Amino acid sequence: MTSAVAQGNVSVPQQARGRRSSLTRSRIRSAWAFIAPSLIILALIAGWPLARTIWFSFTDANLNNLSDYEFIGFENYLANYDGEWLGLLTDPDWWHSVWNTVWFTLVSVSIETVLGIIVALILNAAFPGRGLMRAIILIPWAIPTIVSAKMWNWMLHDQFGVINDLLLRLGLIAAPMTWTANADTALWAAVMVDVWKHTSFMALLILAALQMLPQDIYEAAKVDGVSPIRVFFRITLPLIKPALLVAVIFRSLDALRVFDLIYVLTSNARDTASMSIYARQQLVDFQEVGLGSAASTLIFLIIAIIVVITLAAGRVRLGEDPR
Amino acid sequence: MKIVTRIGFWLLVIAIGLFALFPLYYAIISSFRSGAALFTIAYLPERFDPTNYIAVFERQPFGQNILNSIIVAGSVVAISLALGMTAAYAFGRIPFRGRGLLLMTILAVSMFPQVAVLSGMFELIRSLGLYNTLPGLILANLMLTLPFTIWVLTTFMRELPKEIEEAAFVDGATPWIVVRRVFLPLMAPAAVTTGLLAFIVSWNEFLFALTFTLTNERRTVPPAIALMTGSTAYELPWGTIMAASVIVTLPIIALVLVFQRKIVAGLTAGAVKG
Repeated sequence: MTSAVAQGNVSVPQQARGRRSSLTRSRIRSAWAFIAPSLIILALIAGWPLARTIWFSFTDANLNNLSDYEFIGFENYLANYDGEWLGLLTDPDWWHSVWNTVWFTLVSVSIETVLGIIVALILNAAFPGRGLMRAIILIPWAIPTIVSAKMWNWMLHDQFGVINDLLLRLGLIAAPMTWTANADTALWAAVMVDVWKHTSFMALLILAALQMLPQDIYEAAKVDGVSPIRVFFRITLPLIKPALLVAVIFRSLDALRVFDLIYVLTSNARDTASMSIYARQQLVDFQEVGLGSAASTLIFLIIAIIVVITLAAGRVRLGEDPR
Repeated sequence: MKIVTRIGFWLLVIAIGLFALFPLYYAIISSFRSGAALFTIAYLPERFDPTNYIAVFERQPFGQNILNSIIVAGSVVAISLALGMTAAYAFGRIPFRGRGLLLMTILAVSMFPQVAVLSGMFELIRSLGLYNTLPGLILANLMLTLPFTIWVLTTFMRELPKEIEEAAFVDGATPWIVVRRVFLPLMAPAAVTTGLLAFIVSWNEFLFALTFTLTNERRTVPPAIALMTGSTAYELPWGTIMAASVIVTLPIIALVLVFQRKIVAGLTAGAVKG
């Protein structure tokens, strides 16, 4: 402001520049004023709880009385008492939940990617009822996860479930299966529900990329008589790869924090617990805030590392200012 | 050959449609069957017995649960949009130092695993005296909706032509007036999209609602359905659960069908451009 006033006798273009910069400065000030409320709220409900969770992971806090605890260093993670190793990193249940989560993520995201591409290619073709079809595939996505888990629980019921009935009629199984109670099949059941629910998300992201592709390449390929399968692998797939990657990363991050689906589908069973279920169990069911927070912190670190790698890879695109 | 591919294509379309719709269809026909009928398998609707729909409201405060969900989701949407719109104006229209870094931090928050803040959030909510209250859930759910609201609105805000606000500034408008008079009307469609996504996220939220409420009267719909029990511990009231599922799913499906295009635009703006 002062510089604009002091420049009373300078040439016109400079004066104009001075005015513009004061306008810019006042806009920048207003920018911070506009952002401040959101930043304060986010710091309060995301930053602070995260910091506290990490802090609790170094204490022996208990849920009964969160204000009375002692700092115990890394003992929640790993401790040695009289030659015996204790702590989260020695707990087979934790590693089992890590394995469950990683397996669930790899299998469900892979299936969703393949099916998502197929559904997107179908929706990209012109056919009567395409709009209706797009609405139909959105329905599983919109149904609350808890409700989907309950619906599938009922369909997978060992005695009265429609899936056992269907498979028996088709002769695919000889006797009814206990899908959700058996650890071997329960995770497959979780994958099936996840695929049912999230394939549409994948398909819609891929469809958005497909619709931005230039049409002339396809016409040229058609004129040259290239087979559709070759066209897909040589032209379509390389062109949609960036969007596909984003979709896969988004879905993977989502699948790595899976909680609701497995919690309800397998009734909070220990064998099929995901990392999030393990952490909440320590925290709420066993009241061990220290140990639960240690598990939470590790989950956060795992996901944070993936996010940082992703953001670093996508930085060039994010960093550029449109204007 | 052409006929074969056509038939194959339509078979695939039908298979996908069936796979997507069957669980909901089956939940609906199950919800209209009660007593012993429920435990025989039927593929076609053969009776419309409303017993389960009456039971779901009689056996637990399900009406209250629905009201709680509406209050929580509605407040979360209103707060997220109000905060998100002003922040998105700043992020989308004003170049200032640290903008990219701040946006990336906010994007990172939207990727937080919920469980990572669980114990800290529990302490925060308890120390604010909000344990087992709806404001506590509203506060917690903002962590899930605010970051992507800001993010998606910013991408929409950037697409508006630059000339719009320049004209207003030349006429002597302050930034606040520009936001209110110029951008708010232009951003209405984007606000509907983001608001819908935030509503669905909050309506479906389970982990916070399960952890930060204690009594059935304060629960939102997802934990209420997850924790429904029958007359004995071994027997789940499947008919009632299906009726409750149908009740809370139909409004969401109506929203999705009506606003299909907007939702798809929001999902892809949030992800593809992110």
